[in-house]
Parts: sequence; structure tokens; C-alpha cells
Amino acid sequence: MGVAVLIKQVPDTTSKVSVAGDRVDESSVSKWSISPYDEYALECAMRLKESGYSEVVAITCGPQRSSKALTEAAAVGADSLIHVHVEDSLDSIQVQTLLSAAIKRTGSEIVLCGKQAADTNSGSTGPGIASILDYSCVGVVSEVSVDDGVLVATRQGPSGLEEIEVSAPCLFTFDKGESELRRPNVRGIMMAKKKTVEALTPGDLGVDLGESAVIVNSHSSPPDKPPGQKFEGVSSIATVVQKLRDEANVI
Amino acid sequence: MEVIVISESNGDLLHPVTAQLVGASSSLGGNITILCPGGKGLSEAAEISGVSKVISVEGDCFQSYDSNAWSKALAPHAEGDLVLTSSSSTGRELASSIAAIRGIPVLQDATNISEGIVVSRPIYSGKVIETSSVKIPCVITLRANSYEASESSGKAEISTVNQTADVTISIRKALERAGEKIDVSEADIIISGGRGMGEPSNFSNLEEVADLLGAAVGASRAAVDTWDEIPHSMQVGQTGKTVTPSLYIAVGISGAIQHLAGMRTSKYIVAINKDPEAPIFGVADYGVVATWEEALPALKNELSALLSN
Ligand SMILES: Cc1cc2nc3c(=O)[nH]c(=O)nc-3n(C[C@H](O)[C@H](O)[C@H](O)COP(=O)(O)OP(=O)(O)OC[C@H]3O[C@@H](n4cnc5c(N)ncnc54)[C@H](O)[C@@H]3O)c2cc1C
Ligand SMILES: Nc1ncnc2c1ncn2[C@@H]1O[C@H](COP(=O)(O)O)[C@@H](O)[C@H]1O
Repeated sequence: MGVAVLIKQVPDTTSKVSVAGDRVDESSVSKWSISPYDEYALECAMRLKESGYSEVVAITCGPQRSSKALTEAAAVGADSLIHVHVEDSLDSIQVQTLLSAAIKRTGSEIVLCGKQAADTNSGSTGPGIASILDYSCVGVVSEVSVDDGVLVATRQGPSGLEEIEVSAPCLFTFDKGESELRRPNVRGIMMAKKKTVEALTPGDLGVDLGESAVIVNSHSSPPDKPPGQKFEGVSSIATVVQKLRDEANVI
Repeated sequence: MEVIVISESNGDLLHPVTAQLVGASSSLGGNITILCPGGKGLSEAAEISGVSKVISVEGDCFQSYDSNAWSKALAPHAEGDLVLTSSSSTGRELASSIAAIRGIPVLQDATNISEGIVVSRPIYSGKVIETSSVKIPCVITLRANSYEASESSGKAEISTVNQTADVTISIRKALERAGEKIDVSEADIIISGGRGMGEPSNFSNLEEVADLLGAAVGASRAAVDTWDEIPHSMQVGQTGKTVTPSLYIAVGISGAIQHLAGMRTSKYIVAINKDPEAPIFGVADYGVVATWEEALPALKNELSALLSN
């Protein structure tokens, strides 16, 4: 049985994201990377494979550029790569429908993804897919392993950090974990370049997207804050505390 | 418009964000029903002004958290035009699952919702604000502290429904209990320490200030990664928590872009750092160039004096 990992390509966290006109200017993005939490999901997928699962399939949905994220996943060991090719911007339910169809096609009963993508910051995709496929859903995990046939995970739940167990089929959304992320080596990078990416359209997956229910009106930069006040030395603490009370009204 | 607000609980009590959700719904002019998962905070929910009905959704499935089971139990009662939850991790998960069960979109972490429905929300960790129009029915999660809470002078009708759903997650053991300390994602004031604190034991100085202010203690990733004593649950930033308190005090934190990503939308920011060139001063409303060793005792004294008045 295989493990599916959902990978989204986003502007690298060190890259500038700027707005031109009333849209995010993608041409200003200097580097695209795998979304940070997805890297932890991918790392865990590789560990699950080492503990006996047959293969890791990396799936992405997005424009042409995003297939590079799959090649990066292959460089650290993903076995097969699926790119659901869509150029338009999609709403949450459209993305979930496409990715669910792709997962179904692979037959994977363990699905790993990020708890939140670095561009949307949403955290909608994992739980949504779990509901569509009717898989169990364990959110905000930092580790998943197999113990005697059941899946054991560490999750940050509403009552604290806990160790839980669950059976497949199950979807996990990943937080940053303790595990060291593996980095691609030269051989991995060479092998990855030769790997084929299976490119699919929504039609290939039997999905009719329909119209998006969400229309983006504008992107804008957050309003500039008034310039801050800077003080030298510890004697200024009294002034700052007074200002927090009188100017800011926060204490 | 029928609005369904799913309440957020804090242990057995109602989380204050619930009244803010009602505040946001009232501004849209909807008929508001609150769903209380597992019946938690029921009587408090019924006192929130502007609510017409409160439904306690009860069942064995609410004994421990399983987002798939909870959303299956809640969805039949969440058929409104607009379903609203908090953008906590539980709120986001329930919102997404209910939306998927209904086949409708979800927009997360709104900071403004106006008629239309037009939603504003920060994306790219607050570097960009997105404004979009969404057709109803839809699900929206609201960022805490974005709206004024509705008052508590109401008296809504309470009803109870029983719902079953299979729980598939079982808890083996609790590793770290929530609720003993104020969580950074819920706090209205946060004081965070970075690598500049030198030793994890020095965080006790931050805790003392936090106790005076009723604040939560946060940390930079460098602090979390360097010291085992500082858990990841305290981390603020790109790969930690995104917070919007009224006041964020950064101590011995340089202000790397990934840290700013998690806290730059705070209403007021104070930075204490010994390096006048530290980038954190670029986002600080009030910056103090000093070491924490000097600054924190002074801060404690000033606050004790002020707050005892
Ligand atoms: C993908 C990715 C994700 C990341 N996610 C996060 C994240 O979520 N959160 C996060 O915080 N970081 C994150 N980082 C790390 C980030 O880049 C920085 O490394 C980190 O924030 C630095 O933490 P710091 O400010 O505590 O440490 P440093 O950068 O080492 O700064 C320490 C500061 O303390 C000051 N100082 C030293 N001694 C004293 C003293 N006695 N009194 C007062 N000031 C003193 C120094 O002047 C300095 O400014 C991420 C990085 C990457 C690549
Ligand atoms: N277009 C996509 N392609 C592949 N994976 C995605 C896509 N969108 C979201 N995901 C996965 O779902 C997680 C949460 O995304 P989001 O709901 O947008 O915050 C991401 O970290 C990815 O693991």
C-alpha cells in the first residue's frame, strides 16, 4: 500500500511577495519552493516507506511551474509524481475535489499534507479532502509511525499534545516536527530529473470544475504603520510603559 | 440570511471568541443560531445578545476530539447560508470539513466580513491582504480579536439534539496538557523571548512580566530549536503560530522575516534588544535599545507600580 503526500509550490519564505496593480505579482517572486509544512509531510512519508509501505506518490495541483516542486520531492525519494494541471485560481472546494480524485486514482489510504500552505495560510485542504473521501482526519501532527499495524501520531489537539492511534484510511496534516529533513544528494537530483511526471487535467480525473464560488477582488499590501519610536537605554522603560497606557491603551 | 455560529470552547467554558463571532454576524444582519458541540458553554452562549437560538449538539463522539466525527455530527445542523467559526486550528478543521460535506467553499482567517459577502483576510503570512467576494452558502472562519464581542444580555431559546458519529481516533496518552498556561494563539498580550535570552531558565523573567499582565509567553524558533525546555507550542512565526494580540513584546529577538510573519499584524509591538540595528525595530511601535538583564527588572517595577494604582 502506498502513501500519498500533497505538495504545494509557494514563494520561498525568504522571497519578497509584492503587489502590482491589485494582484500579487508572481514575476517578483525570486524563488519557488515546497511549502514548509509539506516538507515535514514528505519527510514523514519517506520514513513510513522505510518502515514498509510500498511507495510514496507526490501530488500537486497548480500551474505549469509547480511541477518543479514534484521533481524536488523526487530528489528526496518520492517514487511517483502526479501533477494536476490547472492554470486558473480555484476555490477551496475545487482544489479539494481535484486532489481527492487524484488520491483515489492512486488508491492511497494514507495521505499526508501540510497543516497550512505558506501562500493561502488556510488549512482547508487536508480536512476537506478527508471529508470528501471519508478518511479519518488527524490534524496538526508532528510525527506519524506504524506500531503493530496501527498508525500512531503525536498531535496538538484542543486538550494539549497527545499521542493518538488511528487506522487507515487516514489523512494527516503536518506541523513542524522534530525530525531532521533529508536534503537531496547529487544522485537523488540526477534520478529525479529522469522521473516522469504524470500530468493530468481535471477532465482526466472525471472532474467538472464548474465556476469558482469565490472571486478575488483585490490584493493589497497591508497598511503602513506609523513609524515607531525608538529609545536608548533602560531609563526609557518608564516612558514606554506610560505610552502603552496613554497612547496605545493596551495595558 | 441564516447564520450558524459554531461555538468555540475553552475546556468546559465558552471561549470569548464566540461572542465576537456573533458580533461579526450581527453586522451582516442575519438570523443567528449558535451550535455548541458537546453542549459546552451552552448557558453562556444563550446569553449572548442578538442570538435567536442555541442548539446543543450532544453525543458520545464529542468526548474526545475527532474532526471528521465532529463535523459529521454538526453538519446536519449547519445548513445556513453562512457558517461561521473561529480560526483556531479546531475551528479551521471543522469549518473545512463541514464545507466539504456540503460541497461549498470555505474562507479562512477573515479579519473583516461585510455584506455581499465580501471577506478580507491576510495571506502570505500577512504580507498581503486579499479581498474577495464569495457566494452563499459558504463557510468563513474569523480571526480572534477582529470584531467586538456582542454583549451578554440576551436570552436565546435552548434546544438539544443527539447525534451519533463514529470516532476513529483513540488517545493513547496525554503528553502535555493544554490550559495550564495561556496559549499564545489566544492571548491578548504576548511577551516572547529569543536566543538573546541566553539560557532557557532566563525565560522565568518573561513569565514574571507575563503574570503581571495576564499575558502568554512566546518564543522565536531559535529559542525553540536551541532549548528543549522551550516547546514548539510557544513558537511564533512562519512555522509556529500566527498571532494578533493587542500588545506583542519581543525580547532578545532579532526580527527575522519568518518571525515577523507570525506577529507583524499585532496592534502594538514593543522590542527590547541590545543591538540598535536589529530588524525587529523596523516593526516596533516602541523600541528600547537595552539588554534584557537591565530592561526586564525595570519593566517589572514600572508595571507593578502602574497596575497597583
Ligand atoms: C523555513 C523557515 C521557517 C522559519 N520559521 C520561523 C518561525 O516560525 N519563527 C521564528 O521565530 N523563526 C523562524 N525561522 C528562523 C528565523 O529565520 C530566525 O533564525 C529566528 O527567528 C531567529 O531567532 P532569534 O531572533 O531568537 O535569534 P537571533 O537571530 O540569534 O537573535 C537574537 C537577538 O537577541 C539579541 N540579544 C542578544 N543578547 C541580548 C541581551 N542580553 N539582551 C537583549 N537582546 C539581546 C541580539 O541582538 C539579536 O538581535 C524560520 C526559518 C526558516 C528558514
Ligand atoms: N494545489 C495544491 N496542490 C497540492 N497540495 C495542496 C494544494 N493546496 C493545498 N495543498 C496541501 O494542503 C495543505 C494546506 O493547504 P491550504 O489549505 O491551502 O492551507 C498544503 O500544505 C498542501 O499540503
